[in-house]
Amino acid sequence: MPMELAFFIEVLVAGLLSGVMYSLVALGFVLIFKASGVFNFAQGAMVLFAALTFVRILEMGVNFWLAIAIALAVMIVLAIIIERVMLRPLVAQPVIILFMATIGLNYFLEGLAQGIWDSQVHGLDIGIPDVPWMSLLESTNILISLFDVWSAVICGVLVLFLAFFFQKGRIGRALRAVADDNQAAMSVGIPLQLIWAIVWATAGMVALVAGAIWGQRLGVQFSISLVALKALPVLILGGFNSIAGAIIGGLIIGASEKVAEVYLGPIIGGGIESWVAYFIAMLFLIARPQGLFGEKIIERV
Amino acid sequence: MSEPQADNIILGFDNVSISFGAVTALTQVSFEVPEHEVVAIIGPNGAGKTTALNVINGVYQPTQGTITYKGEVRQGMRPHEAAVQGIARTFQNVALFKGMNTVDNIMTGRNLKMKSNLFMQGLYWGPAQREEIAHRQAVEKIIDFLEIEPVRKTIVGRLPFGLQKRVELGRALAAEPDILLLDEPMAGMNLEEKEDMCRFVLDVNEELGTTIVLIEHDMSIVMDISDRVIVLEYGRKISEGKPDAVRNDQKVIDAYLGVPH
Repeated sequence: MPMELAFFIEVLVAGLLSGVMYSLVALGFVLIFKASGVFNFAQGAMVLFAALTFVRILEMGVNFWLAIAIALAVMIVLAIIIERVMLRPLVAQPVIILFMATIGLNYFLEGLAQGIWDSQVHGLDIGIPDVPWMSLLESTNILISLFDVWSAVICGVLVLFLAFFFQKGRIGRALRAVADDNQAAMSVGIPLQLIWAIVWATAGMVALVAGAIWGQRLGVQFSISLVALKALPVLILGGFNSIAGAIIGGLIIGASEKVAEVYLGPIIGGGIESWVAYFIAMLFLIARPQGLFGEKIIERV
Repeated sequence: MSEPQADNIILGFDNVSISFGAVTALTQVSFEVPEHEVVAIIGPNGAGKTTALNVINGVYQPTQGTITYKGEVRQGMRPHEAAVQGIARTFQNVALFKGMNTVDNIMTGRNLKMKSNLFMQGLYWGPAQREEIAHRQAVEKIIDFLEIEPVRKTIVGRLPFGLQKRVELGRALAAEPDILLLDEPMAGMNLEEKEDMCRFVLDVNEELGTTIVLIEHDMSIVMDISDRVIVLEYGRKISEGKPDAVRNDQKVIDAYLGVPH
């Protein structure tokens, strides 16, 4: 394979793989948005909280899988507490009020995570080596990190499972119903509280996986909560209420970010990876405000 | 028709009052709803009709008084629990899931009847899939009954108001309720749509034996379809009885036409 092409594929694939991780973070937002119509400002703080809990339990010498289970249990308990204390009193309130509540939750969780644990940078090794995929490198001359491949596989499986879980059958319908109209959903016997707890627990689980994977790359520390910002352009591209949109939006953002950095960067001075995603999102907003797969906004006049 | 006996009363209000801060919405209202009857609640705007429905399905808790349902005095109940116990309703301003299609909206009404667990749901496999299909058949029957086959897959936000009301009735029926609360089911409809809706309401009542409590402003309809009429004014019950009796009650005529002071 010619070097040029191999290099392009390398860039593209690396972009797509990191895109899968963006999708995962974006999915945390989509789940909560679908169930309550609320943009959960605290998603990034949940990633930080989950990752810190996980890494600190690991540092106590707990077995890897047990640590995952404990961190997961903590996230589920957190979801139940959030539902009880924050969401339940706000049933049927305007969405903006719930949004403000998530801003409060964000700062509370950031403080709580660093208060209980600490604000040091913690190295995290989740057992996947960050080395090139040798057989691929030898046969096709394409250099891709095994870590990227594995984390993409993990994220991909999780994303597909959740997409299915929340799209099909009774739960999916109940979820959409709750998002559409709280009062009406309760009147047909959908247990609002349970649905919200399930959704926040799932978002917590997604946060844990995202936190673990990003944690190995970046180290677990405060700035890991900022990966949530990476999800914003993904959401604008894919639509806030589309799981498929979160997946494809993540892939597009991941790939175009890397390709732009490598091929466009040198022409306009480099360092564009950090903002090109937002630029693409802005172009999209102008052309298609509801996103690629978002529900078209219908208004009867 | 004889006066209802105590043993077939499905729902009873005993001196129910409810106030929001300084505003009293219902004052010591008592009435009984006999099983299998069509009961209309009428009254001028702001008389507390919708509040009464909201109390029945647990949106509001009465400040005073007791509610008896199926022979048991009911303690604080939430809408979701009311649904579990066989109370279904429609809303004055149509509370459908506007982004979902007709079939999915009516399927949500089957929610309580579906049993498969979360994991099966996640895989959408085996029992979960069979269950989905069985309930879908029940929903199709309702769609046939309400004559909304052509809009089966239409997003309900796009349907005209009259059809939305019909879909909402379908969603309530899907739960196979013992008592059906209809808040102005014919508001904003033309004559033909009203006649259709009357036919559906009466068919449900006669064929399924569902008890119906409805709020309606069109007096000719109320007089035609109800077995019993309850009249509210300023949160108080001013009259109750068979349509003919209520129609000729001077207090009711005054409430609607006003009295010279």
